[in-house]
Amino acid sequence: MAGQTLYDKLWQDHLVKSREDGTALIYIDRHLIHEVTSPQAFEGLRLAGRKPWRKDSLVATPDHNVPSEAGERAGGVEGIRDQVSRIQVQTLDENCRDFDVVQFGINEPGQGIVHVIGPETGATLPGMTVVCGDSHTSTHGALGALAHGIGTSEVEHVMATQCLIQKKMKNMLVRVDGELGPGVTAKDVVLAIIGKIGTAGGTGYAIEFGGSAIRSLSMEGRMTVCNMAIEAGARAGMVAVDQVTLDYVKDKPYAPKGAQWDKAVEAWSQLHSDDDAVFDAVVELRAEEIEPQVSWGTSPEMVAPVSANVPDPAAETDTTKRTGIERALEYMGLTAGQKITDIQLDRVFIGSCTNSRIEDLRAAAAVAKGHKKAESVKQVLIVPGSQAVKAQAEKEGLHKVFIEAGFEWREPSCSMCLAMNADKLGAGEHCASTSNRNFEGRQGYGGRTHLVSPSMAAAAAIAGHFVDVRELQRDAALTAEEMQQ
Amino acid sequence: MKAFTQHKGLAAPMDRANVDTDLIIPKQFLKSIKRTGFGPNLFDELRYLDEGFPGQDCSDRPLNPEFPLNLPHYQGASVLLARENFGCGSSREHAPWALDDFGFRAVIAPSFADIFFNNCFKNGLLPIVLEEEVVDQLFEEMYAQQGYELTIDLEKQQVIKPNGETIGFEVDAFRKHCLLNGLDDIGLTLEDADDIRAYEAKRREQAPWLFDAVK
Repeated sequence: MAGQTLYDKLWQDHLVKSREDGTALIYIDRHLIHEVTSPQAFEGLRLAGRKPWRKDSLVATPDHNVPSEAGERAGGVEGIRDQVSRIQVQTLDENCRDFDVVQFGINEPGQGIVHVIGPETGATLPGMTVVCGDSHTSTHGALGALAHGIGTSEVEHVMATQCLIQKKMKNMLVRVDGELGPGVTAKDVVLAIIGKIGTAGGTGYAIEFGGSAIRSLSMEGRMTVCNMAIEAGARAGMVAVDQVTLDYVKDKPYAPKGAQWDKAVEAWSQLHSDDDAVFDAVVELRAEEIEPQVSWGTSPEMVAPVSANVPDPAAETDTTKRTGIERALEYMGLTAGQKITDIQLDRVFIGSCTNSRIEDLRAAAAVAKGHKKAESVKQVLIVPGSQAVKAQAEKEGLHKVFIEAGFEWREPSCSMCLAMNADKLGAGEHCASTSNRNFEGRQGYGGRTHLVSPSMAAAAAIAGHFVDVRELQRDAALTAEEMQQ
Repeated sequence: MKAFTQHKGLAAPMDRANVDTDLIIPKQFLKSIKRTGFGPNLFDELRYLDEGFPGQDCSDRPLNPEFPLNLPHYQGASVLLARENFGCGSSREHAPWALDDFGFRAVIAPSFADIFFNNCFKNGLLPIVLEEEVVDQLFEEMYAQQGYELTIDLEKQQVIKPNGETIGFEVDAFRKHCLLNGLDDIGLTLEDADDIRAYEAKRREQAPWLFDAVK
């Protein structure tokens, strides 16, 4: 018999029951909750007179609607100016109180983007099944967990039963071997993957990311990659457990301690695909061939290396794709064949569950240090992913680097990733964004999003247009050499 | 959940690939704490010429005269014809809620995004996957013939065209059963409560760190 994949093992470990109709009951270890997709689920429980099956599996925090601007944020829930946003956050407060659910409230030290605080507190751990009413739940797969987004009906279902009714997905291995070049980050890797397989390439699959380039990534980098598995159509993305995982998890507040830690490490040592495991699909990329990426269109698959040009729809033979490119170029206000580096930016956003962790802020600060944002750029928002990230960044003085560069240092929230709070693009504005979706209107009505890594976003903020961050880094290295001589 | 057995209704087009959930229902409308009332904002950015905001009376807003759902001959449509990868993007159930609230009972496309597809079944909205050439054919016939109505028979797993021609489709047995009978998943799962408890007891022994860490 062939060996098992990581996904096969996680599935097997959580299988409560296989049913005759081909579905299965899968047990859920951790259920993360935020204000947007939970109110109707709590209401459903209330109407049916049900209670959460296991309260200690639930962790809630408000992130989508909370203000990032310090003044408004200081007022807490009551201070949220947008009335509908305020009601939604208040409703989460009430529901957590009524159902006795642990919540990291708006200005509490544990608050943050739900996919940042999970790993950071140890609330999400290797070997867990993790769900949340949010498609970027795939992030937690970086820990060697089976994690995916669910709709509100399923949020209610998991609260009421601790289980999900599932059909097993197929297995896909995305292997990236080789060494990433300088200036090429986890974000570029995942954008290159999506560019290769398309936004529906992973539909119906759980993707395991492997290969030496993935292994060489930090946990933060692996989270960035898994976060965007859904942008390739796969609900779940995951990376096998290794020493990097264990070093990251150890001593996290909710991680096991002492003898339990040893027992857990032993169990987690199995969380990798067997050598003879069979995947339904395998996709391979060479790390050396990946350049810093910039999305030019209105779907994450519409992405190109920074050295390339905006594509010409006339060169596309597939009619659906050609129409898609034409529509995207019109929406984005770009011309076929235009150089990516000629795209001028109006705003820059560094944040989101994709790229708001400490490593992301360090990368952005390293580029921004000693520079100023371009005059033509109206606003550069730096939005840390959690209160803990914010505190760490301030301890390292990163916030000063940003403020000196003319960037705005904000409060933890989803912010301009999806513009549910006050942070948004104006119609027609171009934004270099470290977030995950460049859909029409995503960052504001008529807004134009370009997905990039944190260092590419910071470089664009300084230049006012896209630049190849590798050239900046080469220039900086040369200057340092000259100074030494 | 409302049951779906048989439905006959007017077909209307959403003729582009990769329609994402932000396009189906933009984020500002996700601030609602209700499950209903999203219909007027379905495809908001395509349907209207201005920016929409929650709680607004949409009857005074300028309509995009070119958007199919605004055309007189698609009024009252309840079967949406769509292209590949329909519903990609976020997990927001507001997307099927908006389609349902608008009056759609079924969406026919060559492929759907996983989470959206699953969410539809929880809301009595039937997503039907048909071969791309078959969907192309339906689009052509719908464009050629005003008042093009399709009948969907879930029991028989058939789409029936106005000329009586039938097209078979696949549907998962469990989902079909729930839709036909309008069953609530939670009640069904709770029938297995003993199995869940037994699994949980075993799991607590094997991996105690998964329990009671967060209090």
